Amino acid sequence: MKLKNRLGQGDFSFLAPIIAIAIGLLFGLGILLVSNPGQALDGFITILTGAFRDMRSLGRIMYFATPIILTGLSVGFAFKTGLFNIGAPGQFILGAFGAVLVGIKLPQLGGVHWLVALLAALVLGAFWALLPGLLKAFANVHEVIASIMMNYIGMYLVNYLVQNNIYDRLRNQSLGVARSAVIPRWGLDKVFPRSNVNAGFFIALLAAIVIYIILNKTAFGFELKAVGYNRDASKYAGINEKRNIVLSMVIAGALSGLGGGLLYLAGTGKFIEVVDVLAAEGFTGIPVALLGMSNPIGIIFAGLFIGYITVGGDYMQLYDFVPEIIDIIIASIIYFSAFSLIVRNIIQRRLKLRGGKVQ
Amino acid sequence: MSTILFLMRQTLVFSVPLLVVALGGMFSERSGVVNIALEGTMVFGAFTSVLFINLVQDTLSGQVLLLLAILIAGLAGVLISLLHAYASINMKADQVISGTAINMLTPALAIYVGRMIFTVQQINFKNTFRLQVPLLNKIPILGEVFFKDAYLTTYLGILILILSSVILYRTRFGLRLRACGEHPHAADSVGINVYKMRYAGVMISGLLAGVGGLIFVIPTSTNFNATVAGYGFLALAVLIFGQWKPLRILFASLFFGFMKTIAATYSSIPLLRNLGVPSTFFKMIPFAATLVVLAFTSKKSQSPKAAGVPYDKSVR
Repeated sequence: MKLKNRLGQGDFSFLAPIIAIAIGLLFGLGILLVSNPGQALDGFITILTGAFRDMRSLGRIMYFATPIILTGLSVGFAFKTGLFNIGAPGQFILGAFGAVLVGIKLPQLGGVHWLVALLAALVLGAFWALLPGLLKAFANVHEVIASIMMNYIGMYLVNYLVQNNIYDRLRNQSLGVARSAVIPRWGLDKVFPRSNVNAGFFIALLAAIVIYIILNKTAFGFELKAVGYNRDASKYAGINEKRNIVLSMVIAGALSGLGGGLLYLAGTGKFIEVVDVLAAEGFTGIPVALLGMSNPIGIIFAGLFIGYITVGGDYMQLYDFVPEIIDIIIASIIYFSAFSLIVRNIIQRRLKLRGGKVQ
Repeated sequence: MSTILFLMRQTLVFSVPLLVVALGGMFSERSGVVNIALEGTMVFGAFTSVLFINLVQDTLSGQVLLLLAILIAGLAGVLISLLHAYASINMKADQVISGTAINMLTPALAIYVGRMIFTVQQINFKNTFRLQVPLLNKIPILGEVFFKDAYLTTYLGILILILSSVILYRTRFGLRLRACGEHPHAADSVGINVYKMRYAGVMISGLLAGVGGLIFVIPTSTNFNATVAGYGFLALAVLIFGQWKPLRILFASLFFGFMKTIAATYSSIPLLRNLGVPSTFFKMIPFAATLVVLAFTSKKSQSPKAAGVPYDKSVR
């Protein structure tokens, strides 16, 4: 499999993702109209405005956005370095396991407990991306296939580890973490009451800024991107391309793992359930990265956008609609953002015909 | 003895859908289009056909109903695969992204429609599809495995295997299809319509993946719950493990099916229980084995050379 990644390469035309979002939303409206014409418009308006009802809903946008900003960064960072990290679900759940394990077993850490637990998440996530990275660099195995395999191995492994170490037999899920492992709220619960938003959101923002600096302001980031553009040319230019491929995957994995930690240490009654289902937050990283054009700052907004329509979608039940309409909309947004290359070309051709400036 | 028979029957149940779906993936990838949407296509095929069975099972039953359901599953698969074909052939989109979109779309759609119609996402059906083949089911072992309480879909799977092999290697269409996956420009230069061949490849994969979705659901459950439990991705692994060749795909699917069987029946077989190996590890083996095979074969991989690369006439 040779996949040419045309993603994440320069040219910030923000039109393409906005068009994809518009078409995706229209598609969603179409489905609402077909399934329940009478309530369709009210339902659709709820999707768009539900998140702005009150402070609690606003807080929930940030709460939902936190883990998917991280997986979005993970996928986007990999895109920038020429890799498709579809392994975010596996890395995410391993990170979650690392965080929860430390969160349960090491309460003696006290004040830094939650930070150590997040560090464990980061390390396990990175570890889970190491093998696909090595296979890509040294055995020429496509990272998409290797990551898909790692997703399933990781899912089964975490289920096994949870059952044997931190198992709540009655509820078929992991035990609750110690109080000291819960990420502090830093007053956010006062501003956005009952919304579960916590300091994790700031960690997500910080991660985005760090990735932005690495990619755009350091020689290391330049090397990573160079390998993504052209592996052979980079090698010729004296870059250790194998090492860089492995590092790209590991950093991407660390970001996903951290995302898992942030979600499961939020103290919101979320536990690792022992079911054979891949972590959805990992896959959601793909649309977040696409909508954010793989730009770390763009990814923050893309994550907030997905959080925003998810919150709106939750209110859909008031109108007898099923909240899965949001997943349908997101899926169609991904589908149409796959067209972004063509859309961009068309826009540029139009501009050229009109004699306008083309970047 | 009865344990071994039971294991063989179960292996067959798990292997046939893998075989059919992986063969579907083979046609797509051999034509040059990577199809990781197999999972989503299976979900859509299973969803539409089980919905159909649910709606008409009061008037129809047995093999007639099953055949109609297979037809509908296949059509649904083709329909959804057209989305993937359009994106990856006409729009030259990244095939992994388009595939991911379909994998997210169809389960959501299945849950949405299911809950809109039945208020729950589970769609139930009555299993009236077991088949007793007279005379043949008296044969020892073979009869027990293939002809007693059998499913039409097992024979269909074998038929699809033979047909796939013949079409791929013994027909003009197959030769052209393979050419488009290896070197589309060369194929184009001798007058083969690369776009058409790739559409054909993707549509065949949709057909088989749709049917495979139904084949997976029928013997293992009496309801459809908007998932095929990662079977589409497992089929992708089968395809690679089988190195894009029909006969090897058969062996790969039998091996994977056997591993699945052990993982599922582990606790009821004393021999395995005494080994002390957790069942989780049997579930992991197919995926881990695929990684190992990939690690050793990818340097000189048998994968179609142009798979995943959009065909652009103007690039020489």
